[in-house]
Amino acid sequence: MGLLSRKVTCNSHGQDSSYFLGWQEYEKNPYDEVKNPKGIIQMGLAENQLCFDLLESWLAKNPDAVSFKREEQSIFKELALFQDYHGLPAFKKALVDFMAEIRGNKVSFDTDHLVLTAGATSANETLMFCLAEKGDAILLPTPYYPGFDRDLKWRTGAEIVPIQCSSSNGFQITESALEAAYQEAQRKNLRVKGVLVTNPSNPLGTTMSRNELDLLVNFVTDKEIHLISDEIYSGTVFSSPAFVSIMEVLKDRKLENTQVWERVHVVYSLSKDLGLPGFRVGAIYSNDPIVVASATKMSSFGLVSSQTQYLLSAMLSDKKFTKEYISKNHKRLQKRQNKLVSGLEKAGISCLESNAGLFCWVDMRHLLSSNTFEAEMELWKRIVYDVKLNISPGSSCHCTEPGWFRVCFANMSEDTLKLAMQRLKSFVSSITIDNQTHQDLKNMRKKNRTKWVFRLSFQSFHDREQGER
Amino acid sequence: MGLLSRKATCNTHGQDSSYFLGWQEYEKNPYNEVNNPNGIIQMGLAENQLCLDLLEPWLMKNPDALGLKRDGISIFKELALFQDYNGFPAFKRALVDFMGEIRGNKVSFDPNHVVLTAGATSANETLMFCLADQGDAFLLPTPYYPGFDRDLRWRTGVEIVPIHCTSSNGFKVTLPAIEQAYRQAQKRKLRVKGVLITNPSNPLGTTMARDELDLLINFIEDKQIHLISDEIYSGTVFTSPSFVSVMEVLKDRDLDQTQVWERVHIVYSLSKDLGLPGFRVGAIYSNDPVVVSAATKMSSFGLVSSQTQYLLSAMLLDKKFTKEYMSENHKRLQKQQKDLVAGLEKAGIRCLDSNAGLFCWVDMRHLLKSNTFEAEMELWQKIVYHVKINISPGSSCHCIEPGWFRVCFANMSESTLKLAIQRLKSFVSSIGMKSQNHQELKSLRRKSRNNWVFRLSLQSFYDREQDATTKVSFSYRPHFMSLSNIAATLDAAA
Repeated sequence: MGLLSRKVTCNSHGQDSSYFLGWQEYEKNPYDEVKNPKGIIQMGLAENQLCFDLLESWLAKNPDAVSFKREEQSIFKELALFQDYHGLPAFKKALVDFMAEIRGNKVSFDTDHLVLTAGATSANETLMFCLAEKGDAILLPTPYYPGFDRDLKWRTGAEIVPIQCSSSNGFQITESALEAAYQEAQRKNLRVKGVLVTNPSNPLGTTMSRNELDLLVNFVTDKEIHLISDEIYSGTVFSSPAFVSIMEVLKDRKLENTQVWERVHVVYSLSKDLGLPGFRVGAIYSNDPIVVASATKMSSFGLVSSQTQYLLSAMLSDKKFTKEYISKNHKRLQKRQNKLVSGLEKAGISCLESNAGLFCWVDMRHLLSSNTFEAEMELWKRIVYDVKLNISPGSSCHCTEPGWFRVCFANMSEDTLKLAMQRLKSFVSSITIDNQTHQDLKNMRKKNRTKWVFRLSFQSFHDREQGER
Repeated sequence: MGLLSRKATCNTHGQDSSYFLGWQEYEKNPYNEVNNPNGIIQMGLAENQLCLDLLEPWLMKNPDALGLKRDGISIFKELALFQDYNGFPAFKRALVDFMGEIRGNKVSFDPNHVVLTAGATSANETLMFCLADQGDAFLLPTPYYPGFDRDLRWRTGVEIVPIHCTSSNGFKVTLPAIEQAYRQAQKRKLRVKGVLITNPSNPLGTTMARDELDLLINFIEDKQIHLISDEIYSGTVFTSPSFVSVMEVLKDRDLDQTQVWERVHIVYSLSKDLGLPGFRVGAIYSNDPVVVSAATKMSSFGLVSSQTQYLLSAMLLDKKFTKEYMSENHKRLQKQQKDLVAGLEKAGIRCLDSNAGLFCWVDMRHLLKSNTFEAEMELWQKIVYHVKINISPGSSCHCIEPGWFRVCFANMSESTLKLAIQRLKSFVSSIGMKSQNHQELKSLRRKSRNNWVFRLSLQSFYDREQDATTKVSFSYRPHFMSLSNIAATLDAAA
């Protein structure tokens, strides 16, 4: 008899060690400007480190928020005892206002529909527990955040069926892709319970178009299933088109108070917009009171620390601050993204055009030795070991086309980004020379096999090739 | 087709409103010394409010811990980004030292075996996910914390089979009771994966005896199953016998490095000892590296805020402070418990002899109209509505003997406790008088039916009885624990 649960023992199965390589290699040899300038630069971590100075200066001006005081009075006891799964009212109020602000106040949110959770990781799993069970499936457009495989499936028993998207149309969702996924689920005898999208997208860095959102609303209405919109990156939209939330579409189409209204749920978190993943602040927003009630009880398994709720209620209630923060955050993200994009361009690498997120979806298909995932892995290993950059291969995001990589830009300084780009440029040049050299060599061999001049040329090219690896 | 999961929808079925009554009534009419002196006193909430005044001065003397600074320098960025599920090293170190200290340093803990979780609620559920599947069962001694029905079963699909304990031996766990529970599980075609105990016990307030712990270890060794010891109240042991952790017993029996060693797991939290339930700090401790590894990954679903880890690492690393705190905590708990016990005695009510916890297990069987759970509910409602005290009925803790109640003492001031005891005393006296009056009346009636003096007496007694009787009638099924009332009882009993 197995002494541990199946969830535990299956966890160690199918562990693809290549995915761990990049992370492990980075840990062994992390880049540091001063101490380890030849180390591996971490570009596989979607963190927002660009605006801490703004948060720190707010903290310095508002010491009460961290010292358990409200208007000079200690509220330590109140916070120490506060474990109400309905959440600290002031914090929920501040959070819904912040969410609305991010959406240009085109929609507003009701605190009674909000459930606080320890991060979006907890929010997504909790929603799954509320909406699906073993034998059910959720459709997700590819490429998607690798964490979903664990968060949505592991303990819930639900399955993910991919909605295949391709570069032919910028990885946008199409009706035929949706239908194909739905049929695939049925072929596998899975009951489709809903669709989950991340908007703005991880790893694409793009906001969903209104067309796509309309398509999704029509699809879930027709199939009478749920739609979860993980809007964790909603505050990182740094250039047009402006962010359109699913809630805005429903409102514009006057679908509030219809059945589909109660089947659309939003997930949010402060980990990306505010760069506070350590504080574990997430939320589920739903118009279905049963889901809200159930998710609220389930949130007992992952409540937000009252100490943290209090700090952030104070911060987010400061509307002057949040306005400034959102604006500066966008500017800095845009500037940094521009640097990455132009740096890549100089290396002859293009990206999917993006307007959001903390990363770019980079096209390295032309650097593959063949149009296969084996070649993608081979390229990835070279980038980790030789170029010394940790980036995320598209296959880990379930992308169906080999050669795409997610490259993060918001978790490092400008100088580090510059260095990363230089390394990449050198690497690409060396590959190009290799490719060109190989081509020339092939031609020469075809022309004349015995001429000693060519042997000399061979020799010098070979030498140069060895030097640049 | 059901659009929501069964987990979401089963929650609303069979909602037993009687369990909500006490909590709801309290919320409608909460006692306040100044604003609402006739309100309901909350004695159903196991919170430790006796030492928060010790924590506050520490905070004032250590502003860096709150201000997210280390040696005066801001570490805000480091903490803001810290989401490593292996936990803040300094905090884990401080926590295992604190746990060692609570056990008189008779055992020591390795930070590498600790998994941090958002409270014990999260820890218990996570352990279930690691150790059991749908169709498996864990055996729990009754009475037990009502929250377990949700925490161990709801999303995991695991079942609880009770190990029935009785007042005949102070509710101690016995071998026949464990064996009986095991057989019961098998009859129900459930595979028993382990035993879960709470030591010190909620709701009993007692520490487990060494022979009980030996019994349990022998049992799980024999059956080759797990033992989870929820030691969330380990820091509230205020008098002898001193606390003996299951880890200590394993060590004393030279069982470290044997198979059973890896099947014993501890759950801990700072919600009861330090009185910080709002901060959501819990932990799983296991000697099985596979469990530690899996639980660590699962803790992603309920990590402790880095802001809170940092604050508490500073506090618990202050060994001078923790020593002082624990000592004072014990003193105050002991005093408050003594006041409750003495007060109840004056009202003719006894408690189970207890040495730990934030509550007493109170024997009100003699106040029941009949030895039934219906009578227990009736008494409970009287206490909530008329005596205006919210306490937890034993049936909500799955106790098999009607008439026991859990009464909390650590979440109020001395004067409030005094008032609660006075109210209870008056109530018991009035019941006592009525019982006596009924007895006399019966005798009188038998003696003379036509005497108009007796009719007058009858009338005045009936009038008084009407006032004291609850007007709410309901149907109660003691063994049906629906999830919503579990939630409510959890709120009431947490």
